[in-house]
Amino acid sequence: MSSKNPLIVFFHKLGSAPHFYRISGKLIPWLWAIFVVLAAAGTYWGLFRAPPDYLQGESARIMYVHVPAAWLSMMIYALMAIMGFIALVWRIRLAEILMISSAPIGAAFTIIALATGSLWGRPTWGTYWVWDARLTSELVLLFLYLGAMGLHSAIDEPRKAARATSLLVLVGVINLPIIHYSVEWWNTLHQPASIGVKGNSIDPSMLWPLLINATAAKFYYGANLLTRTRLRLMEQDSRKNWVRNILVPNKGQSTDGGDH
Amino acid sequence: MSALTGFNTILRRDLLIAVRKGPEVLMPLAFLLVVVSLFPLGIGPGPALLERMGGGVIWISALLATVISLDTLFRSDFEDGSLDQLLTSGIPASVIALAKITAYWLVTGLPIVLLSPLLALWMNVPTDTWGILMVSLALGTPVLSLLGAVAAALTLGLKRGGQFLALLVFPLYVPVLITGTGAVMAASDRLPYTPFLGLLLAGLLVSLAVMPLATGAALRISVS
Repeated sequence: MSSKNPLIVFFHKLGSAPHFYRISGKLIPWLWAIFVVLAAAGTYWGLFRAPPDYLQGESARIMYVHVPAAWLSMMIYALMAIMGFIALVWRIRLAEILMISSAPIGAAFTIIALATGSLWGRPTWGTYWVWDARLTSELVLLFLYLGAMGLHSAIDEPRKAARATSLLVLVGVINLPIIHYSVEWWNTLHQPASIGVKGNSIDPSMLWPLLINATAAKFYYGANLLTRTRLRLMEQDSRKNWVRNILVPNKGQSTDGGDH
Repeated sequence: MSALTGFNTILRRDLLIAVRKGPEVLMPLAFLLVVVSLFPLGIGPGPALLERMGGGVIWISALLATVISLDTLFRSDFEDGSLDQLLTSGIPASVIALAKITAYWLVTGLPIVLLSPLLALWMNVPTDTWGILMVSLALGTPVLSLLGAVAAALTLGLKRGGQFLALLVFPLYVPVLITGTGAVMAASDRLPYTPFLGLLLAGLLVSLAVMPLATGAALRISVS
């Protein structure tokens, strides 16, 4: 079943390692550039232009880091589940690599969210750690990330490792909303979420830098993910010609691969 | 062989193996007793404190006892090659998984449920909540077995899979632990406990539908 649809052809090409390497190589500098511009703007706005919170004072500014990190930590896990599903059903190797390359980034953002959350908790709640619903589910999310990374690194054969991890992440993602709601139910000490579908309780002067920083974080994820994925692809394909051609451009298909 | 005969055969075989193994099978139970008895020693024997913590302590110990025995669920069949034979026998992988999980629960989960009144006695849990504790464990421990089976199947190929298992399953166990202890707490506070039991039952039905399929897929990944 061949298709002439240019979009489908593009996606099929993207699935092949050399094409992905080339296209992502062009994309990465742009992603980094957009990230730097947005993060600088959002951080400046958040730290110097936005007003301090009338209750929490200056310490509320930590939310310009905390909230984007917390959002992204959950989004990355959901994306890992989608890529894991693709990897399991269609056995697309690129999806496997994208899935596992996302894990350390997601775990890092989870740690950032936990650290900033507990730093914010010190002046607000008077203690660094409170077993509040959202901090606890973020902690459980960190364990889910660690489990996925641990399982992947424990299995030697890369494709088997990716398939096992994909399945684990899928089971985890079914559980994630259940964990979230059960933890929320278990303890609702935290102030209710300020940004929701029904309308925001946050002033636009504070919402804008927040949204800009959240977007910046997503571009950071994109740039970091593509960089990691390219490295993993090269590592796995280190004996293939396309990698040789990149590492040793002039020699073409020489026998000396140039790796190691 | 049809799926139902396959299920029955594997279930009977696993139970027979468990009976022949004898005392070894009861190790998780001994572990459970030891862990529960550590709590009064560690936090002090005050009756009020024990009563407050009792439900949670028993639930956490049940969870730990499940985790330490999970690795045995598929390990010996994997190592002697009978798992390969089973997977190529034509019985669906999910049915194999369900049969083995059922046998596993009958051997490790059910004794925990039956033993819980003794533990409740130790932890000074009021007698009128023993029934709720037993029902919550009866509904919850199968969920622990079903969720744990996926992790056990995924870590089969690893030399030290047992160490990983705890990390993989504890996050998944959080909702079960919360609703299970929630039921006991609610009952001892004279609050309605049926919503908690209803949620546990819902969790049991969902995991009964989903987890055998996931475990079957995980077994296929591990033996490939």
